[in-house]
Order: sequence, then structure tokens, then C-alpha cells
Amino acid sequence: MNIAVLIKQVPDTETKIKIKPDQSGIEEGDIKFIVNPYDEFAIEEAIKTKEKIPGATTFVVSIGPERAGEAIRTALAMGIDKGIHIVNNEPALDSYLTAKVLHGVLKERNISVIFSGKQAIDFDHGQLTQMLADMLDWPCVMITESFQLKEDKSGAKLVRRLGGGAKEIYEIAFPFLVGCEKGLNTPRYASLPGIMKAKTKPVEKLLVSNYLEGQSAFVSYKNYELPPERMAGKKLEGEPQIQAQSLVKLLREESKVI
Amino acid sequence: MPHYDLNPEQDMLRKTIRDFAEKEVKPIRQKLDEKEEFSYELVDKMGKLGLFGMTISEEYGGQGMDYLSYCIAVEELARVDGCQAATVAAENSLGIGPLYHYGNEEQKRKYLPDLCSGKKLWGFGLTEPEAGSDAGNSKTKAELKNGTWIINGSKIFITNAATKITAGITVQAITGVKDDKKEMSCIIVESNTKGFTARTMHNKMTWRSSNTAELYFDDVRVPEKNLLGARGTGFKQMLSTLDSGRLGIAAMGLGGAQGAFEAALSYAQERKVFGKPISSFQVNAFKLADCAMEIEAARGLLYKACWLKDEERPFGKEASMAKLYCSEVFHRVANHCVQLHGGYGLMEEYPAAKFYRDQKLLEIGEGTSEIQRLVISRYLGC
Repeated sequence: MNIAVLIKQVPDTETKIKIKPDQSGIEEGDIKFIVNPYDEFAIEEAIKTKEKIPGATTFVVSIGPERAGEAIRTALAMGIDKGIHIVNNEPALDSYLTAKVLHGVLKERNISVIFSGKQAIDFDHGQLTQMLADMLDWPCVMITESFQLKEDKSGAKLVRRLGGGAKEIYEIAFPFLVGCEKGLNTPRYASLPGIMKAKTKPVEKLLVSNYLEGQSAFVSYKNYELPPERMAGKKLEGEPQIQAQSLVKLLREESKVI
Repeated sequence: MPHYDLNPEQDMLRKTIRDFAEKEVKPIRQKLDEKEEFSYELVDKMGKLGLFGMTISEEYGGQGMDYLSYCIAVEELARVDGCQAATVAAENSLGIGPLYHYGNEEQKRKYLPDLCSGKKLWGFGLTEPEAGSDAGNSKTKAELKNGTWIINGSKIFITNAATKITAGITVQAITGVKDDKKEMSCIIVESNTKGFTARTMHNKMTWRSSNTAELYFDDVRVPEKNLLGARGTGFKQMLSTLDSGRLGIAAMGLGGAQGAFEAALSYAQERKVFGKPISSFQVNAFKLADCAMEIEAARGLLYKACWLKDEERPFGKEASMAKLYCSEVFHRVANHCVQLHGGYGLMEEYPAAKFYRDQKLLEIGEGTSEIQRLVISRYLGC
């Protein structure tokens, strides 16, 4: 059984983002890159699933420049068996092209389940997994907070979080895709033996250009700019009644929301 | 040409340990320190990560990593908490190191796997109440009678020696006198041996959640085969163990300095006086510039010493320099860190105070700063 994990290398959450002078992108020089945090839940769930299925193989797939190899090695150090690095030295693809390339690479690999993060924290699109599901014509459960392998290992029971505390429960037979949410598990640290072992695990290198099939992106980026700085807040004072009155006044006259 | 890139494994190791220290150690470091509590839970987690036996070959349960990797791991722990770094550094260099380097096959097979997994800990008994820098003045004696060592004496300030999971200690003892010279040997004593007592020392100013013990040997009897390495090589074993140990202590100084510097910088950028962040005043900005510069120099020195060791070249002088310099840089940085925090630097709610307290050990433990200067000056031919 083959278990795949989709991961993306993204800027660390604590990075201060700087825009290039020509606004064509962000300055990468000082950025520390990490594995997208939601993808860590996907890695962990894949390893846990493999541990329950004798003979199963896990592999991790990432599209990105050379540096994305670090993210793949991190997944291997955590315990994933193999890596596929789809090298892209051009600007990042849009979600559709990313799905298209992944579809080309993954469709013939006899995969039973694909784990991914529910979204990447850089562009926050949150649509890749669904697009890939559509191309593969497989079911897909997003924002998954629980994954239980069925006893006969033919599929799994999943819990999907909805708004307002409601949950949806799915029972699905393989193959399918899972978009992983925080709370699904606690990702393990790459252990030191794991880091040493990762050196010898195989990483297959492919080129994005071989999978585009003449398609071009639907989305192109015109320019990047930082969000405007947040204005200082206003503190209302006085008795509750007075505060309520001034709040209504501000909402009406200043922000004009009522 | 020299190059300054770490290899990908070392990069990943740093990230992993930093992440671990931030998530698992940072939230509880203050509480453990306040209660003077040794955390078995953290030892277990650090064991599972593979932090014990880092430079030991895999066949005994170690990770087979180089000394630079080991120092990076200690540095990253010390950046957050000197106490956990102490547990790891002492265990690797003093607990596990001598058993690995001088133990026979049987001893290594018996003890190392549990020590490398962090299930058990091991101490190294060298310092005595009246023999610190003057290690030659130690009094603990071991006498061989009918195939049994009989040990009498005491040791003090022994890290990891009195925990619930301490499997034993290596004790340095006088095993005879030849031509007026003491013959020193190292002997293995398991924790449950009759007549052996290990007592945790309390009321420490520094390293409060690390385990420090006093050891008492009252007619302790262990079999002759518990001798570690050849008889009479105790002093040599100790010197070589301390050479490598100094790299670990230096890494603690470097990591601590880094942690204190980051705390100082972020506080100085946030704290405002006269309407401006205090980091914008040159009197403070220059302190921070000095800290950054000295940390950079300290890192260069320590990593070079590690590189020499990993290349199997002589590294004793550089190890001594790194230990001395890194601990003194930490001293200055911790001092600036408290000063920049003003009154809050005196309160334990901020990390500055703990860095300030933990720092002091490094100028004393495993060879005082004065002894380091002595060692270095002897290398110079003074």
C-alpha cells in the first residue's frame, strides 16, 4: 500500500516579510523556511497509518526550488520512507497548475491515500487538495481532525470540523484525499537517528516543466504589497450606558457600519 | 579555503532541537527552576529524541554524530534552559564518554544502551570537598583485596548522580602509591551497591533543575572487573574526558549567551522610555552590538575547536579557549541583559534573572576560568 503526503516549504511564521523593491515578490534572503505547519499533521498521520499497515510505504511530494529539498529531508527525518522533489525554479505555480503537475506525477503510482495540510500558510488558498481530488476523481475530506483506520484496512472513518462546534463523520474506502487540521495529532520531532537515516533515503527528482502539458496559469500576480498598518484602537470610557452610546455613535458616524 | 556552512544534517538538528526546546522546555523551565525539580519527563523526551550518546557509535545505541553536532544540540538547549543542557552535556561527556572510551566490551554492552536511550543516567565522580582544581589532592581510596575493590571516601558536585534513574557512577580513586606518586584509577559503582550513598544537593543558586549530588563511599565493595580501563590510567582518562567536556560547557555558554541576547534585544525594542524604544539609545544599542559581536566570535571559536576534534587533530588548547571565552561572553551578555531589563531584570518572571544565575556556573564547573588560563598558558610555553 502506498501512502502519499503533499508538503510545501513556506516562510517561518515568525519571519518579517519584506517586499522586493519592484514589488514582483518577497525578499527571500533573510527568510527561514519551514515545513508548512498543517503539512506536519499530514506527515504524522501518514507515518501513524503506515505503522498500522505492514508493508506499507510512505512518500512525500513537494514542488519547489532546490531549497524545498530541506522540507523533504525533514519529512524523511520524521520517518517518511521516500521523497519526490518536483523541481520548479520559476515563480510559484497557481493552485490549478500545482494540482495538474501533482496529478501527472501521482496518478500512476498506485496510491491508496493522500494526506495534505488543509492549506499552506503562505498564500492561504486552501484549494489545492480539492482540485487534485477532482482531477483524480477521488473523494476528499477537508479540515479533518480525526482519522481512524478501519479494522480491515479498506478505508477510514474521518471527522471533519464544521463551524459552530458541529462535526461531520465520514466512512470512506480507499483511495481518497485528506486535508489535515490542527488537533488531528501531535507531529513527532525528527529524532537524531531519524536525521542520520534521512541521508540515505531516496529522493526522486522530477521537473515541473515535464508535467505542464502546455497549460498555463489561470492566476498571475501583478504586484505584492504589505497590508496597511493597523490604526491604534479607541478606548471608550465612562459608565456602560455612556460607552454603549458612544460605540453606537462611532459605528454610525465613523465606520458607517450601521 | 575554510567554509562556514553547516551540513544539512546539522542544520536540521539545530531546527529540531530549537523547536523542541521552545515547545517542550520553555513553558516549564521557570517552574522547574523555582521548585528545584529535576524533570524525568524531559529526560525521557530528550532520550527519545536521541540526545544522549550523540557521539557514540550506533552499535551501543548512540547516534554516531560528530562533536559539532553535539555542541549545536547543547547550544540550542542552553539557549532556552541551561539546566536541561547541563543534564545532556554532563551525561554525554562525563557519564557516557568514559564508559565508551575506556570500557571493555562487556561493560559497554551492559551499560551503554540504557544510557544512550535516556532510560538511565550515569555520573562521573571526580571533585571532592577538598579537591577541586587540585584534583591530585583527592583522598577517595580503593583497595584491591581478594578480587574486590573496597572504596572509601566522598565526592561532591556530581551531576546526574542522585536521580531515581541513575544506574551508577564512575569514581576516580587512589588505587596505590608508587614512588611517592598517587596511582589513580577509575572504577564503576552501580547505584544500589551497599555502602554507597548519593544525596541530591539543594539550595543552589544556579542550574536548579539539574541534579547535583554528594557521594559517600563507606566500605563500598565492587568486583575487580569493575575497573574502567587500565589500572593507574585514571588521571589520563580524566584529562582527556575534561578536554572533550569543555566543548560541551562552551556550547552551554554560547547557547546561554544567545538566549540572553535575544531576550535583551526583544525587551529593548519593546520597552519605551521618553517615548522611544530603549534600543534606540546608543548607550543601549552599543551594548547590544557588543553582545552580537562577541557571540559571533564565540561561535567561531567553539565551532573551530569542534572541527579540530572531529578531524582528529589536537584540540585541547582551542577547547580550553572556547570554554573560557564562551562562559565569559555569557557572563557579559547576561549582565547586559539584566541591566537592559532594569528592575524587571531582577524579577524571576522575566528570563533575564535565570540566565544571570545559570551563567555563573560555567566560569567554575569543569575547570574554573583561572584553570583554563593556566591550561592555555602552558600550551603557549609559559
